[in-house]
Amino acid sequence: MSILVVAEHDNSKLNQVTLHVIAAAKALGGDIDLLVAGKDCKAVADAGAAVEGVTKVLCADADCYAHQLAENMAPLVAELGKEHKYVLAPHSTAGKNFMPRVAALLDVAMISDIIAVESEDTFKRPIYAGNAIATVQSSDAIKVVTVRHTAFDAVSAEGGSASVESVDATHDAGISEFVGEEIVKLDRPELSAARVVVSGGRGMGSGENFKILDGIADKLGAAMGASRAAVDAGFVPNDMQVGQTGKIVAPELYIAVGISGAIQHLAGMKDSKVIVAINKDEDAPIFQVADYGLVADLFNAVPELEKKFDEVL
Amino acid sequence: MKVLVAVKRVIDYNVKVRVKSDQSDVDLNNVKMAVNPFCEIAIEEAVRLKEAGTAEEVVAVSIGPKVCQEQLRTSLALGADRAILVETDEELQPLTVAKLLKAVYEKEQPGLVILGKQSIDNDNNQTGQMFAALTGLPQGTFASKVEIDGESVKVTREVDGGLQTVALKAPAVVTTDLRLNEPRYASLPNIMKAKKKQLDTMSPSDLGVEVKQTFKTLKVEPPAERQGGIKVESVEELVDKLKNEAKVI
Repeated sequence: MSILVVAEHDNSKLNQVTLHVIAAAKALGGDIDLLVAGKDCKAVADAGAAVEGVTKVLCADADCYAHQLAENMAPLVAELGKEHKYVLAPHSTAGKNFMPRVAALLDVAMISDIIAVESEDTFKRPIYAGNAIATVQSSDAIKVVTVRHTAFDAVSAEGGSASVESVDATHDAGISEFVGEEIVKLDRPELSAARVVVSGGRGMGSGENFKILDGIADKLGAAMGASRAAVDAGFVPNDMQVGQTGKIVAPELYIAVGISGAIQHLAGMKDSKVIVAINKDEDAPIFQVADYGLVADLFNAVPELEKKFDEVL
Repeated sequence: MKVLVAVKRVIDYNVKVRVKSDQSDVDLNNVKMAVNPFCEIAIEEAVRLKEAGTAEEVVAVSIGPKVCQEQLRTSLALGADRAILVETDEELQPLTVAKLLKAVYEKEQPGLVILGKQSIDNDNNQTGQMFAALTGLPQGTFASKVEIDGESVKVTREVDGGLQTVALKAPAVVTTDLRLNEPRYASLPNIMKAKKKQLDTMSPSDLGVEVKQTFKTLKVEPPAERQGGIKVESVEELVDKLKNEAKVI
């Protein structure tokens, strides 16, 4: 009995988060089958075959999987899942969309957003927006699990030599269709995969003012994030949101600018290796988690920081 | 079109959560309870559909102990027409909730079912999708916009990296994200009126659903505290620390 990992991808590239999910699968132990379901997704299947630890790639290449609609994905994953002991996917918006559907089709519970594998049937997961950590034990024969990718170190994308098998099953439920998408084109690294993240909060004052963060983000090769307060105030789009209701990040360096540090924001970034906070309110809760806090007006400190980076980088 | 809205009673989002000393659960004694914020958005969306003339009736359903009546009364005050409580004191897991909702769905035959994307207690983000699977309905999860055009339900979804729009064949399931709408407050006259609205109670066995648990919570702990660091005096000191102490730049 083995582990089925559902790959996250855009039909051309294997998303980095999958490497973290495979790491969680390795912690469970057993053969790892990687399912690549999409349309014209051979390149992804080939990339999957090269990933460390993957035993076999199952490639379901059909029109109905082009956009990974949950209605079509779930019966496919459930059918393949029956031959496995575990079904794993990232706790991304894609994984969250189809995995509960898979669990219901298999008539088993789902364990969401695990941050640790305790044993073959026991996992740790955050509840109450990360204000408590629950240890849960599943008694289901098939365990359907989504993984918080930042909690597991990625396996190597190279070194594997898995076989690629094609899966012919086409499940087109015919009850939903893809209409369109607006994917924000980024000149910067993606938030959840970036080594450095620079985030702005309500203290930025306006969307226009976010531009002053560009300089330091450019110099550090950083992704740009924001607090929910900044998103709710309309300064920046919601896909920049870091927090329990946005993206969970754990970069090597997180720079929080003008962010007070609401619990919901801290839940999304407190696993960062080094946290820097710049805020003019010395009592802001962000300073309780920051390794380095600077009490200063961000409109003075940020340009100065950019200049200093120029000197030392 | 009839709209069914699922409503969960959870700890109020303003309450600071504390773990019990015996690590069995978080402490919910004498804690303020409320409608789960994502469920509030679901009610609001349903009520707006009714106000726009798209929906004829909004039915709120909650599953849990008798006190969930409070959250159903709130839903009625916010504009739901009637309410159903599936009453049980047993521990409820998402799959069971989905099965109970399916039974209610079959009785009520709504054209649209709206749920919150997740509850702020267990953060599972499962029930809507599981319910959709069991009923074989299409789902529009994490919705930031819902448009109904005859038999087609167009849902704009918040996905990693941007927005995705799907068209679903009604009846359909929608789960709400934060930016779908801003829920209203219940006015005093509406709170008074809500007391007179119909609230039916049934049990899981009335609906022919067995309440069972297939996982158990062994313990609940507070998260590891991150140790605060130091305050630096200047930008210069900050850059020096990042370069020479933390070695991250």
